[in-house]
Amino acid sequence: MFANWRRIARENEFLYLFLHNRVAQFAALISLLCLSGAALAPWIAPTNPYDIASIDIMDSLVAPAWSDEGDERFLLGTDDQGRDLFSAILYGTRLSLLVGLLSIGFASVLGVSVGLMAGYLGGAFDAIVMRIADVQLSLPAILTALLIDGIARGVLPTDQHDNLMIVVLTVAIGLSLWVNFARTARASTLVERNKEYVQACEIMGMHPLRIMLTHILPNIMGPILVILTVDLAVAVLLEATLSFLGVGVPANQPSLGTLIRIGTEYMFSGEWWIVIFPSAMLITMIVAINILGDFLRDVLNPRLR
Amino acid sequence: MLSFIFRRLLQSVFVLLAVSLIAFSLFRFVGDPVAQMVGQETSIEDQEKLRERLGLNDPITTQYARFVGNLSKGEFGFSYRTRQPVSEMIISRMAATLELGTVSLLISLLVGIPAGIYTALKRGGVLANVLLVTTLIGISVPTFVIGIFLIYLFGVELGWLPTFGRGETVPIGWWQTSFLTLDGWRSLLLPAITLGVFQLTLTMRLVRAEMQDVLKTDYIKFAMARGINYRSLYLNHAFRNTLVPVITIIGLQLGGIIAFSIVTESVFQWPGMGLLFLDSIRYVDIPVMSVYLVVIALMFVAINLLVDILYFAIDPRVRLHSAHE
Amino acid sequence: MSELLNINDMSVKFPTRFGEYTALDSIDLAVKAGEIHGLVGESGAGKSTLGAAVIGLLPSPGYISSGKIDFSGKDLTRLDQQSYHRLRGSRISMIFQDPQTSLNPLLTVATQLVETIRQHSDINPLDARSRAIALLEEIGLYDVEQRIDDYPHQFSGGMRQRVVIALALCTDPELIIADEPTTALDVSVQKQILELIRTLCTERQLGIILITHDIGVINEITDHVTVLRSGRVIETGTTGDVLGNPSDEYTKALMAAVPRLDKRLDRFKNIVAEDLLDSEDNSWRLPSASAEFASQWLLAEHQREDSRSSDAGPVVSVEHLDVTFARGQPSWIKTRANFKALSDITLAVRPGEILGVVGESGSGKSTLAKAIVGLVSPSAGTMTFRGEHLPPRLKRHRNHVARRQIQMVFQDPYSSLNNRKSVEQIISEPIRFYGLANDEKLIRKLVASVLELVEMPQRAMLKYPHQFSGGQRQRIAVARALVARPEFLICDEPTSALDVSIQAQILNLLKDLQQIYGLSILFISHNLAVIWQMADRVVVLKQGELVETAETEQFFRAPSQPYSQMLLSETPSLELIQ
Repeated sequence: MFANWRRIARENEFLYLFLHNRVAQFAALISLLCLSGAALAPWIAPTNPYDIASIDIMDSLVAPAWSDEGDERFLLGTDDQGRDLFSAILYGTRLSLLVGLLSIGFASVLGVSVGLMAGYLGGAFDAIVMRIADVQLSLPAILTALLIDGIARGVLPTDQHDNLMIVVLTVAIGLSLWVNFARTARASTLVERNKEYVQACEIMGMHPLRIMLTHILPNIMGPILVILTVDLAVAVLLEATLSFLGVGVPANQPSLGTLIRIGTEYMFSGEWWIVIFPSAMLITMIVAINILGDFLRDVLNPRLR
Repeated sequence: MLSFIFRRLLQSVFVLLAVSLIAFSLFRFVGDPVAQMVGQETSIEDQEKLRERLGLNDPITTQYARFVGNLSKGEFGFSYRTRQPVSEMIISRMAATLELGTVSLLISLLVGIPAGIYTALKRGGVLANVLLVTTLIGISVPTFVIGIFLIYLFGVELGWLPTFGRGETVPIGWWQTSFLTLDGWRSLLLPAITLGVFQLTLTMRLVRAEMQDVLKTDYIKFAMARGINYRSLYLNHAFRNTLVPVITIIGLQLGGIIAFSIVTESVFQWPGMGLLFLDSIRYVDIPVMSVYLVVIALMFVAINLLVDILYFAIDPRVRLHSAHE
Repeated sequence: MSELLNINDMSVKFPTRFGEYTALDSIDLAVKAGEIHGLVGESGAGKSTLGAAVIGLLPSPGYISSGKIDFSGKDLTRLDQQSYHRLRGSRISMIFQDPQTSLNPLLTVATQLVETIRQHSDINPLDARSRAIALLEEIGLYDVEQRIDDYPHQFSGGMRQRVVIALALCTDPELIIADEPTTALDVSVQKQILELIRTLCTERQLGIILITHDIGVINEITDHVTVLRSGRVIETGTTGDVLGNPSDEYTKALMAAVPRLDKRLDRFKNIVAEDLLDSEDNSWRLPSASAEFASQWLLAEHQREDSRSSDAGPVVSVEHLDVTFARGQPSWIKTRANFKALSDITLAVRPGEILGVVGESGSGKSTLAKAIVGLVSPSAGTMTFRGEHLPPRLKRHRNHVARRQIQMVFQDPYSSLNNRKSVEQIISEPIRFYGLANDEKLIRKLVASVLELVEMPQRAMLKYPHQFSGGQRQRIAVARALVARPEFLICDEPTSALDVSIQAQILNLLKDLQQIYGLSILFISHNLAVIWQMADRVVVLKQGELVETAETEQFFRAPSQPYSQMLLSETPSLELIQ
């Protein structure tokens, strides 16, 4: 059994390289921790920072538990409204990752389908879609996201705004990142469609949709996986940035970016913990995802942009 | 050459038209322009008169044509929030953003390109590895966090540099420059570094990746086999070939710098266009938003044109290809 | 005359994660000035590694683990990097395989030449330039004064290879390593380049190591030859001795596998034992699956077909076929410049015959195949299949009978199989798609049986394409084409991506299958010798036009067209020996 495992690990290059790359393993572990912390936040967090009833304004700006002015109820201290910072970070991570994953899911489904079709079908569809992609690519993601966010603010009624903010954010970030997926999928598809196994399918008279989905798609998953990882980091970063700028998630549901924004206001007066801990969390998470992305890029080595 | 540029210009016009269409739809359909312009107590009749006077009852195509016409004449309308002409607001802030962007672009290129070449050549070297780890952190730390910590360190703890605003500026015509005063430079330093770091790491990683690819090609191996000295091999042969893709990305990066200046300007309260745009989003100030969009698109189009011309200068294949057509 | 280069007991190793891999094992090799030493072997033999070791550019992490490289009295293995780099270009130089990629695209030919000349001698740019011009003229470039300032992409493939040779020569080196210098070129150009190399070698008293996989090339111009296999020297000696009287079985096999132009054989000689059938693979079998079963299943269809169509008209015919491709990007301003890939082609494939299609690259061979299978739309002309009109590309219905009856075996077995699908999925796909069998058990049994029919172990069906070698992949591709029960098979350069010993096996397999099932085959190849062995009739294409159609015997004895005669005379072959 064990010998079998070793043989698999040696033959499977991906697994082999992963098992011999400490940094990648560590990054995977951190990512996993962040993910489970986010998923289990309602059960591991000591308090619910969204529940106004449980927050006491008298507890505001308490220092971390180990410092002199600390309170052992609040491990990492509290923010300006008396929310437990540890709980707020857990919930904030949950929100950040949720928005990140949702928007990446949205962007990848949209981008891959468009890219696959553009690459395989070519012609006018390809020309139009890629022209749009080029224009959008020259508009940086953050600008696109800000713009969509701004439009949503104008269109949506004010009272609905907070409730829909997560959806708006997801769409805004997703729409600003789909181009990466589309371009990658298209470039890989162009390589694959010239391979003879695709011609063999075409000669048989197979339906183009079936060729795309069952033959080409599995072959272009490598580069897409890389973009998926790299862009997850970008999406989390975008969400944090938007929230920091105050145009992201609603204020009563703080994400990491919101916490950092609140923290900056208190940084100069000595309450350093509100800005330090969420920043550390955010950076750790993004570094871990980026290390994984780099690892995947090296292993799957797609020469594509 | 001329026909090549002409074709690019034609494309640019299409891009600008597309963006102006978006800007127009923003202006026309997001919120009610009349409701924004008048007070609560204005009667329905007066509102209707205003609507007629503004031409909002004309066919959409006429309105769009008028919108584009006004744009090309530099008449950008009035802000809903401050009631000032948008053109004045933008122009008064353009210098701040452009100066900030230029300095951070220079930082990112002057440091990023040599560092990229170095790390591509010295694979596995200690300094190269340190640089690589640094870039990983560089692309992972959000711009605003970098800004906050620079403010904390140099502004608050050490007290060396100002932490907000442009400091003292000198007017050159309508252009307010901070390049001519020491205070201006001191104020510029932290925001420029903040904005430059992300682009710097991107440049470096990109130059490194492209350079490594070029070093694997047959023509580099052949040049190696001919004993061409390493200096010329790396700079004249390899780096010149990496320039083609690198220029594309630098063009895109310029866009990135303009976009991320929004964040930097917010952190440092830098009175530039980005801050203006951010405020316009917060207060749903549609005219400012749409004009900002058009101005940015103009800048991007100019950048892309510049990139194309650079291509032309570097790659003989592009040159000859266009000569054939 | 003393030896210029003397390699003594040299080994090269590559550390890998599976331990050290010995790429070259105790190699001895000697090269004199003024002689061409051929290095021949199949892929993976270590030919290119040997060349790289001599010039000191072994790809990382390879290293010379033992032995000496004596170059006019100096041991190169003891040289430090700096001095080695000074040696490169000035005394040892190299010619690469692909002229498309070995020149820097951003620098003019003049810049590259002048830089190289001035790197190794202390002369001013103007003198270097006139030296470059003189050299290019010697090398056979026309209008040198004007063309020297052109960029590499403005030259044709053959001319570019001349520029590469000029670059390698411009510093008067004593030794040149030529790594497959003509592989990327057409035969007519290949001949000229080989002649050039010969002339330069004699006139300048150069030592040349010529690396190639083509025994024909070895026979044509080398003085000495060394046969390599898996990093070992199998045999070495003067070219006449080794090829005229090979002492080692492997050398014999290599030579025997090269199709001969001088005599026609029924089957290719195949001495190299196949070691693909290991015991583990052979013990795994599906109950009652066998080659006979596959054979019966395939023949059942044919008997039915035969009884239905007994008229002896052509299986496939093509009349006045034109194929035009649009060149460049679409533009609204002007109409696109068009490129005629095929013009006015008329041919017919009779039942049960193999029609060979010959031509150089760009002759339109593959376009013809693509038009028949419906991948490309003809701009004029008609096609018929079994006497009935065969609609082109988009007009051919998905369920059209020809979609199953016409199958294709592609050139590159590394691209013709989907890497993400198991061999079972690959071979069963046509069975399911055409609805030839519905019972899952029967399909599995058929896949196993057909694999056995193409001489693969049944267990192969459980594996994925990347686990097989090129030859094995090509067998799988043949199996995939066969299970559709086709009547007409198109083979587009089916062996050009394979080593010669494997080539012989695949050609034998195709020939056997053709005879058993009475298949009609359109066999496309640039290799005249292969056509000579395989085809009943031959069609010659040149730049999209049909030059000649003839019975194979007649074509090879006495081709009627000048172009065909030129093709025949310029193909390097083994005729001269024996």
